Amino acid sequence: MFELVSQIFTDYTLRNVALGSALLGVIGGVLGAFTMLRRQSLLGDVLAHAALPGICLAFILTGSKVPLILLLGGGLAGWLASLGVLAVLRHSRLPEDAALGVMLSSFFGFGIALLTFIQHSNNANQAGLDQFIFGQAATIVASDVLNFMVLGGLALFTVGLFYKEFKLLSFDPEYAHSLGLPVRGLSTLLTSLTVLAVMVGLQTVGVVLMAAMLIAPAAAARQWTDRLSTMIGLSALFGALAGVSGALVSASRENLPTGPLVILSISAILLVSLFLAPLRGLVWDGVRTRQNRRRIFLERLLLDAHVLHNHDVLTPQTLAHHRRESLAAAQRHLEMLRTRGWVQPSRTGYALTPAGHQKAHELEQAMRVLPKTLEGA
Amino acid sequence: MNADLVIIVTAILVSTAAALVGTFLVLRRMALLSDAISHAVLPGIVLAYWLSGGERATLPALLGAAAAGLVTVSLVEWLTRSGKVKNDAAIGIVFPALFSLGVLAVSLYFRHVHLDLDAVLYGEIAYTPFNTLTLWGREIPESWLVMGSLTLLNLLFVLLFYKELKLSTFDAGLAAALGFAPGVLHYALMTLVSFTSVGAFQSVGAILIVAFLIIPPATAYLLTQRLPVMIGLAVGVGVVSSLAGYGLAIWLDASIAGMMATVAGICFALAFLFSPLGGYLTTRLRRERERLEVAARLLVAHLAHHDQPVPEQEVLAEFGWNPAFLRQARNKALREGWLEVLRDGLRPTPGGLALNKTRFAQDL
Repeated sequence: MFELVSQIFTDYTLRNVALGSALLGVIGGVLGAFTMLRRQSLLGDVLAHAALPGICLAFILTGSKVPLILLLGGGLAGWLASLGVLAVLRHSRLPEDAALGVMLSSFFGFGIALLTFIQHSNNANQAGLDQFIFGQAATIVASDVLNFMVLGGLALFTVGLFYKEFKLLSFDPEYAHSLGLPVRGLSTLLTSLTVLAVMVGLQTVGVVLMAAMLIAPAAAARQWTDRLSTMIGLSALFGALAGVSGALVSASRENLPTGPLVILSISAILLVSLFLAPLRGLVWDGVRTRQNRRRIFLERLLLDAHVLHNHDVLTPQTLAHHRRESLAAAQRHLEMLRTRGWVQPSRTGYALTPAGHQKAHELEQAMRVLPKTLEGA
Repeated sequence: MNADLVIIVTAILVSTAAALVGTFLVLRRMALLSDAISHAVLPGIVLAYWLSGGERATLPALLGAAAAGLVTVSLVEWLTRSGKVKNDAAIGIVFPALFSLGVLAVSLYFRHVHLDLDAVLYGEIAYTPFNTLTLWGREIPESWLVMGSLTLLNLLFVLLFYKELKLSTFDAGLAAALGFAPGVLHYALMTLVSFTSVGAFQSVGAILIVAFLIIPPATAYLLTQRLPVMIGLAVGVGVVSSLAGYGLAIWLDASIAGMMATVAGICFALAFLFSPLGGYLTTRLRRERERLEVAARLLVAHLAHHDQPVPEQEVLAEFGWNPAFLRQARNKALREGWLEVLRDGLRPTPGGLALNKTRFAQDL
């Protein structure tokens, strides 16, 4: 592994691949944060799929295989598809997911048709167009990295420039509108920036897997923080991390495609975040739920003991009868209360300690207060 | 057997099977779940392929796909329910991860066998005539058998559970309250979507099956509000796309499945523009017509108040219309015979004056 890492600095191809993937991770991470918050996660997927016919048309029209020209065509087609989705949503009653699905699959189908049309037309220059479907990170050269830097830099600079506006747009578009912000223009700008991110991704992870590069880093980052700025930073970091590690792993063996590995890396990061992120992690959720259940169980137990103590005698037998449980269970439960220091053995059986009394009293108070506050509200 | 016939019948079977279940996906707002499933069947197929020892048998593939489909649906539901990510993000997370696993497995272990990525992605329906089986002494294409059974299965499902599907689609709460077990129906539907995806895998590929699942039902959705009609129209659009797509693909020498998806997209665009139920252009044309009609009646009503013919300049000044619009309104009224053009201006005909007595004019 160390050897691989050091190769980043010496191996020309690996360096470009790793840099390119890392850049994609950063750009996808930053813009994905906004798309996820605006609940447009799958728009990226549509954009990416829809880019394919644009790439093919750009090739048919110009006969050139310069990545920038092809990606320009792809970007235009993706942009057109997103406008199509908006038009369908605005002027028909078709649900959003169906509108997205229709645009995605019809554009992609057209793209495949064009791709095969080009392949069968005996154009000697056509080889490699289909790399955009899965991306071909291995073919990234220094000039591509430079392109990514320019495109990404442009996107990130714009995000920085309109950070406040985008933030408001993502969280409260109505308020933004009421402030007189050009919501539709800003929204179009943000979508256009997402198109830039997708263009960078097409060469690296390809049309099919691009969706994940916009969603997963943001979703992972979301688990760690409630602040947008931190989330964007983390999202970019996770994306870059996934890009580099995907590139490294794919270089470690033959026949390991980079795109899927980048996606699997970011999925792994997401999985870890979902389970282990402090505060929001599922593991901590589980622990907290168990603790709460245990606390509530103990409190109800104490209240039962309190009732018995006031009206009857508190013995394992009476507790078992009161709670309709077995004698053994009641004995175990009394022992639990004793270890908490709420009851102690007495002449007749068990008695509440002062601490137990106090706690039971507090609980009763809380229960009495609660309905009143609810009524008040 | 005639190769064209084999391909066209296969395509029709694929699109029919897809339209039958796709209709309910679109209505239940689960269109993108089908996208996720169709991608995620790939690792299921690879697994089945591996478990069955490299045989390209249909049954293990179906089972693998069903398993993958159910895993996808469960994962998406689990992610959504955990509240950590929203539903659309959950879909966008699950399918690329599963698809990546599948692609990785294909490129690692199955590089030189039948499972090449091109076929996985966009299928090769042109090969279907070469895969034949001998059944009862007759040679029939394997794709007919596979897709035929799947179409039949989907048809039976829709027919047998029509009432349940309809109720749980339009009112899931009521369906649950009546004890219809919408959960079971949901997973059954998803299993059929997985089956259909894998059945169509060899002919139209993992990605383009989504086009067959979503576009025809979405097109039908724009054309009708009745469920049985929608199912019928979806099947119809699928058949039309299959036929026209095949023709275009042969003509242009391009991917057959890709061209079929393209034609389906064109059908959708046409329905979006021209649907009698609020199509974009239909609505605009109707509004334009109504606007003109109102303007013409307004014009006649105005003229009726004058004893003398009114010059057009005066009308323009009165209404603040632009001359082009006045001309349109005037021509409309002329066509209807409501007014006549004299040398010194416009005057309503007796017909126009009578018109002025109707309710409509009084409301104006």
